[in-house]
Amino acid sequence: MVNEQIAIDHGLKKEEYEKICELLKRTPNITELGIFSAMWNEHCSYKSSRLHLKKLPTKGKQVIQGPGENAGVVDIGDNDAIVFKIESHNHPSFIEPYQGAATGVGGIMRDVFTMGARPIANLNSIHFGSPQHKKTKNLLRGVVHGIGGYGNCMGVPTIAGQTNFDSSYNGNILVNAMTLGLVKKDKIFYSKAAGLNKPVIYVGSKTGRDGIHGASMASASFDEKIEEKKPTVQVGDPFTEKLLLEACLELMAGDSIIAIQDMGAAGLTSSSIEMASKGNLGIEINLNKVPCRESKMTPYEIMLSESQERMLIVLENGKEEHAKKIFDKWNLDFAVIGKTTKSKKIELYFNDKQVANIPVNTLVENSPMYDRKWKKAKLPKKNKIKKEDLKNLKIIDVLKKILSNPNVCSKEWIWQQYDHTVMGDTIQKPGGDSGVVRVHGTNKAVAASVDSSAVYCWAHPLTGGKQVVCESFRNLISVGAKPIAITNCLNFGSPENEENMGEFVECVQGIGEAAEYLKFPVVSGNVSFYNQTKEEGIKPTPSIGGVGLIKDYEKMITMDFKGVNNIVLIIGKTEGHIDQSLFARNILDKKNGPPPEINLFNEKNNGETLLKLIDKNYVKSAHDVSLGGLITALSKMCIKGKKGLTLKKPSYLTNQFEYFFSEDQGRYIIEIENKNLKNVIEILDKNSVHYDEIGIVNEKKLIIDDKSKVSIDDLIKTNNYWLNNYMSK
Amino acid sequence: MKSSVITFPGSNCDRDMDVALKKFGFKNKMVWHNDSEIPKSDLVVLPGGFSYGDYLRCGSMASKSKIMKSVINFANSGGMLMGICNGFQILVETGLVPGVLLRNKYLEFICKNVFVKINNKKNTYFKNINNKVFELHIAHNEGNYFCTKDQLKEIENNEQIAIKYCDKNGKIEEEFNPNGSIKNIAGIFNKEKNVLGMMPHPERMIDSSLSGEDGSLFFNNLINNLK
Repeated sequence: MVNEQIAIDHGLKKEEYEKICELLKRTPNITELGIFSAMWNEHCSYKSSRLHLKKLPTKGKQVIQGPGENAGVVDIGDNDAIVFKIESHNHPSFIEPYQGAATGVGGIMRDVFTMGARPIANLNSIHFGSPQHKKTKNLLRGVVHGIGGYGNCMGVPTIAGQTNFDSSYNGNILVNAMTLGLVKKDKIFYSKAAGLNKPVIYVGSKTGRDGIHGASMASASFDEKIEEKKPTVQVGDPFTEKLLLEACLELMAGDSIIAIQDMGAAGLTSSSIEMASKGNLGIEINLNKVPCRESKMTPYEIMLSESQERMLIVLENGKEEHAKKIFDKWNLDFAVIGKTTKSKKIELYFNDKQVANIPVNTLVENSPMYDRKWKKAKLPKKNKIKKEDLKNLKIIDVLKKILSNPNVCSKEWIWQQYDHTVMGDTIQKPGGDSGVVRVHGTNKAVAASVDSSAVYCWAHPLTGGKQVVCESFRNLISVGAKPIAITNCLNFGSPENEENMGEFVECVQGIGEAAEYLKFPVVSGNVSFYNQTKEEGIKPTPSIGGVGLIKDYEKMITMDFKGVNNIVLIIGKTEGHIDQSLFARNILDKKNGPPPEINLFNEKNNGETLLKLIDKNYVKSAHDVSLGGLITALSKMCIKGKKGLTLKKPSYLTNQFEYFFSEDQGRYIIEIENKNLKNVIEILDKNSVHYDEIGIVNEKKLIIDDKSKVSIDDLIKTNNYWLNNYMSK
Repeated sequence: MKSSVITFPGSNCDRDMDVALKKFGFKNKMVWHNDSEIPKSDLVVLPGGFSYGDYLRCGSMASKSKIMKSVINFANSGGMLMGICNGFQILVETGLVPGVLLRNKYLEFICKNVFVKINNKKNTYFKNINNKVFELHIAHNEGNYFCTKDQLKEIENNEQIAIKYCDKNGKIEEEFNPNGSIKNIAGIFNKEKNVLGMMPHPERMIDSSLSGEDGSLFFNNLINNLK
């Protein structure tokens, strides 16, 4: 018999349990309670975040589908559309890194192909604790193997990503996976059921006892007993998913499907309820018909299992045989398990008995929504950098320290383990500002990047939120892509803590302001709260996945310096903002102060002007200035191009450290040929873009001045050293 | 020239191979693993991927697929059969080429450009090719070629080693061996040289926007040799 304590053990609050009894006008049975707990947890219901997410700009000329479906969809012309989304798999990845990361990748790919799109690119943003922490190395290895294990087998290239280390993730790593898919605009599939007495079909893997309560686990903080939660982590089978992908796309080529929804978090429960809710219908399911992997599974277990690689489909009447043939061909389970009804209820039967009967609206519209208390963050005071702080520093030494910093060093060890060239359309590999894949068989290409700046968000959430969106914008522009839209993965601590909630609210506000101004709408995303162990939360970490279009892929730009004697310009003004820079935090050991300011006008103007220069074929290489400042960005261009650079003496900001290591925003470095200099300057001037001519490309040395020089070979070694060395020990 | 690419459940380079073959003039057909006969072909390709999820052992289940009887007959009667990556793994499982493919030495999946040196040009695959060294792309977890000493002696005597990992100048050293293969072997023939198994993916290097264009040289040469 269900009682309040059992409800609390399911992660429900006392008031929530009372509300359930009130809505049902009776006590729920255990299956029903399980369903409520799955639908009402933070992960599925967005109860703490819904109120704030509503404020994000989600519309735009190219937006076909915003948030609320399996993924967002944007128009890229010629009846082509890109379906994309980012999603977190943080909690499971900490408990079981390989399977947690693998199923994160599998889950996001399913979200994309559920909509009829063939996945064409994967990305990921992963955050780990301090490299010195005893768990970090194994977690990193496990996560990388898991991401590769799944994506490689699926034959979808992993084209870009981001890896960060910070002690705030010691007890809660972040694994955010993003997928882009390509679909014809008139062949997009949605999850809204329609029509009465339509067959409800179960396809894919069998249902097992894995992942039961996965979504509830992801809606709670960790404590020392976290290892006990291992059984809540799902086990992935990329081979079955590959078959499921091909079978679904084959069925989608015809006109059999009314609605389709993958079974992700909260499995059969959330998929059936979402389809019914969107279609304003009821669904009746005979649980005896659900293909099970294990014997004697109870209705409760069947409904809450998060076994992977499963889909729920509402078919047109009479199409069952046709559909079954396709799934038989691909050796996948296929079962008619129920039908749509007009009752607007979820009715479940098992051994001829009704085991659940819940009005759909009680699970969805009536789910709790909280206006949590939150604290506004103050803008910290600026630090004054004293001359004696800089006295013993040598610029080349500092540069080398920064290039070998875990957050700046080459991540080749990671991305070499991901197949990034399968499908034969990857024209910009990982390690650039964005990954780029061609739209198969066309002149178009799609660029994508994923970014986060937890340090800035932690120092001042509003500015940090804006900054991440701007950085994403810049990363797309740097490869010559016109930014279209973003997806966001909002990783935060507990919403029940006013400070954490404040970080969330203000980061979302910042994201919204920047997205609105840059016409870079949010079309999909996910929220991951409770990234905390006991009282210790992570730094606020919104990850932004940006997508842009290159109309003619021959015009794509890479960051490697191309030609000796070419001229290097910086677009955007260098103000010398040192606070929260890598230099301040890691070299001066100053961790307070405000993040660099965001000027949205400059971001937009500088970016759009650069796109004009690229369109006129003036730009040989480009790179945005971010972590580590100007000199770090220049070094990376040298490293990639295996070329050197002779720098001019800066015309202002006489303090070299401020000039080279400040992380002022809105800046890009571009390389141009001498013959185009006049035209380039004319365009920059005409658009009121600040620029400085800063140097000339040479053969093989970075020359700052007579005293400060370093060979590019040395920089390459320095940049490659840390991660390889760390992982080989 | 007619070609066939076999699709196994879990193959994922089948489309890429189809695109490449057509680009260089083959009339290509995709053949399902559960069919019993391959169509009349001048070249049959077992593509890369994870056939049957690489479960049990890479390539082992695919080597027992229904279509493979016809593929093996085709090869035994002198037909040109090429296995790339997972296709190579399938070939060793059928016994059409000797040896086995173990997990990479450092136990990690590797995706990168490598250089390979052509070891034997007296065959339809590499005859008339000008380059000694190719830049190709690898992406695999189990590409560590191994065979017994006796087998090695035999394949060396029969000139069955097709390509070896090297540096850009063709120098063959252990440091240029990405996966620990014995003798830097990246690809081998059967005795008759009509069957070729290799780890690198020429189909990923077929235009200047991709990782490189040496795959184009390979396919162009191949179709000319077949004519």
